Parts: sequence; structure tokens; C-alpha cells
Amino acid sequence: MAAESGKIDPMHQFLVEPLFGQHLVVGGYDISFTNSALWMVLTLGVLWVFMLGGMKRELVPGRWQAAVESLTGFVGNMMDANIGPKGKAFTPYVFSLFMFILFANILGMLPIGVVGLHAFTVTSHLTVTGVLAVLSFSIVLIVGFAKHKLHFFSLFVPHGTPVVMIPLIFLVELLSFLVRPFSLGLRLFVAMTAGHILLKVLAGFVINGLNAGPGIAAIVSIPSFVLMIGITLLELLVCAIQAYVFALLTSLYLNDAINLH
Amino acid sequence: MPQIAQIAATYASQIFWLLIVFGLIYFGIGKSMLPKIEATVDARDRKIADDLVAAQSARAEADRTEEAYRSAMDAARAAALKSTQDAKAQAARDAEVRVKARDVELTAQYDAAEQRIAASRGQALASIEDVAAEAAQDIVARISGVTVDRSEAAGAVRAALAPVA
Repeated sequence: MAAESGKIDPMHQFLVEPLFGQHLVVGGYDISFTNSALWMVLTLGVLWVFMLGGMKRELVPGRWQAAVESLTGFVGNMMDANIGPKGKAFTPYVFSLFMFILFANILGMLPIGVVGLHAFTVTSHLTVTGVLAVLSFSIVLIVGFAKHKLHFFSLFVPHGTPVVMIPLIFLVELLSFLVRPFSLGLRLFVAMTAGHILLKVLAGFVINGLNAGPGIAAIVSIPSFVLMIGITLLELLVCAIQAYVFALLTSLYLNDAINLH
Repeated sequence: MPQIAQIAATYASQIFWLLIVFGLIYFGIGKSMLPKIEATVDARDRKIADDLVAAQSARAEADRTEEAYRSAMDAARAAALKSTQDAKAQAARDAEVRVKARDVELTAQYDAAEQRIAASRGQALASIEDVAAEAAQDIVARISGVTVDRSEAAGAVRAALAPVA
């Protein structure tokens, strides 16, 4: 973030740069270890440590173990409620998805900018959310066709559709089905990006106001800062809700693939 | 917006590292840690359910024991009541028998006494006649000098005593 000369670019936080300026090109593809990759690995590390706390396997759980178990129970119950007993096989995937998105979202909210580091929100990148969405959608397609063969297409014809309406309904349902990966990926990407831009713009107001003298600081910086606190809390809520929505929609789509209607 | 402006330059790196990280999370956490945690939770739930069942059966057992105790107490109380009643009835019967026997005995004594009294009375009456006859003989001899026959005197006495007897 370029604080000098009052020019603050709220988009700079989304810039992906190779760490240490080193590019790693393999087979024509640039797979450098970027700041984005660093935060993915950090997410993995924090998540790993968090889960290790739940591996004490005590009969009477401590606080940490209870926290981990409440999250596994949360996802397990969601799968059970949306899919039923057959959903158990997909709990590891949905749990991984939920925890990865949740931890990536929350790590991206860390206020480490005050000590000169730059937090990077992995889930504010369309490439990342798109890959996760495509992964979920592929699993739905593979499971659907493996379980029901061509009968899977009956998903697009709801029960009780009049015969005349079948071609039209089929098209509409097919379209809404095909839109799913885009809505899934875009929703998370847009929610995270918008929240972070808003926070950066407000932060810019605070800093520019402070630079412009005490009078302006009083009427611009202080209200912006108060607003920022509220928006930060809201963003933390959005972090959890977006992870939940992604996992919930994945489980609902899996339910379509497993149980049809 | 760098997400879109940079997409061509960074997609390979993003996808590559995401797949590695997400693969590690899926296999390392989702596939290996999660089932163990779920197994722990299931084991705990099962243990709680088992303990509840055990507590329930212990309670039923305690209820049964108390029921048995109560019915044994009731039976013992009933038996005690019955034996006191029996003893009372037995005592009453014994007393009655004894009273009856005593009654019979007393009646017999009474009858015997009555007979004795009657006999004594008869004897007394007879001796009065004798004495009276002797006295009459003496009186007659002294007054008139006539010696009265013993049987005659006795007959006169008897006649005189007849209204008395």
C-alpha cells in the first residue's frame, strides 16, 4: 500500500507477486511461489495446528478439542441433514472445503498491516474460488453420472411436469445447473473482494484525513475508523458465512447427484 | 482489478499451489484426522448412551429390590398379624374350654352339696321325730302315768308334725 503522497490503491492488496522476485517456470507454466501461495501454505499450517489440537482423543474434551469437535460435528450434521447417511463419504471433502475457506478468509482479515506485513486473502481470487467451484461441480457430475448413468438427466425434469413443458423446463433446469459453478465461485470471490476493498478505502480515508491536519482528521478519520471497526466485525461474520454457504451449496448439489430428487 | 488483470500471468501458479495445499488438506486432514475425531465423538456418544442405559437398568434394579423389600415387609407384617390373631383366638378358645370345665365341676359340686343338705335335713327331721316321740312318751307317763307304746307315740308325733313337714 502506497501511503506516501496520499495515494492509496485499494486494489494493491490483491496483487499476486512471486516472493523474493524469483520466478519458477516449469514446462512453460509459471508456478512461482507467490504471496498467494504463501498464504495458502499458512492456511494449511494454521489449520493443521488447529486440527492437531482436536486429536487428543480424550473422553472428556478440553476446550481446544471441544472447538475442533464442534466444527467437525457442524459439518457432519450438515451433511447428514442435507444428504443423509450416503453423504458420509463426502464429509471429508466438504469439511476440507469449509475449513480451508474459513481459515483463508479469517487469515486474510488479520490486521498485520500495522506491523508492516501484508495479509493476502487467498479466497479473494477468482482463480482460487473458481478452482474450488469447478472441483465441487466436477465431483457432482462424476458422482451423478457414476451413480445414475444417463438417468442423471432426469434431474432436469422435476416431478409432475406436463409433457408439453418438458423441453422448456429441461432447458431452464439445465441452464440453472450449469450456472452453479460460476455462482459458487463468484459469490465467494465477490464477497471477499468487496469487503476488503471497502476496508482499504476506509483505511485510506483514515490515513489521508490524518495527513490533512487535525480538523479534517476529526471529521473524516474518526468516523471512518469507527465505521471500519463495524465493517471489520461484519467482514468476520461474512468470512464464516461465505465458508458456510460454499460448503452448504456443495452439500446440496451433492444431494442432487446422490439422491436425484 | 489484479484478480482479472493478472489472471493470465498467475493462473498456473495459483492453481498449482492451490491443488497442492488443498490436496494436503483433503488427504492429511479430511481423510486422516477427521475420521479419528469423528470416531472419538462417536465413541463418547456411545459411552454416554451405554452409561445412561446402565444407569437406567441400575435404577430399575433398585426399584425391583425396593419392591421386593416392600412386599417382603408386607408379607411379614401380615404373618405377624395373623399369628397374633391366631394366638388371641387360641387363648380365647382355651379360656372358654377351661371356664366350661370349671363350670361343669362347680355344677357337680353344687349338686352334691344340695344332696348333702337334703340328706342332712331328712336325718335331722328323723331325729326330731325320735326325740319328740321319746319326749311325748315321757310327758304322757309323767302326767297321766300311762305308759304309751313307743310306736304309738311316734305315730302321734308324726301326725302332729305332718302339717309342719
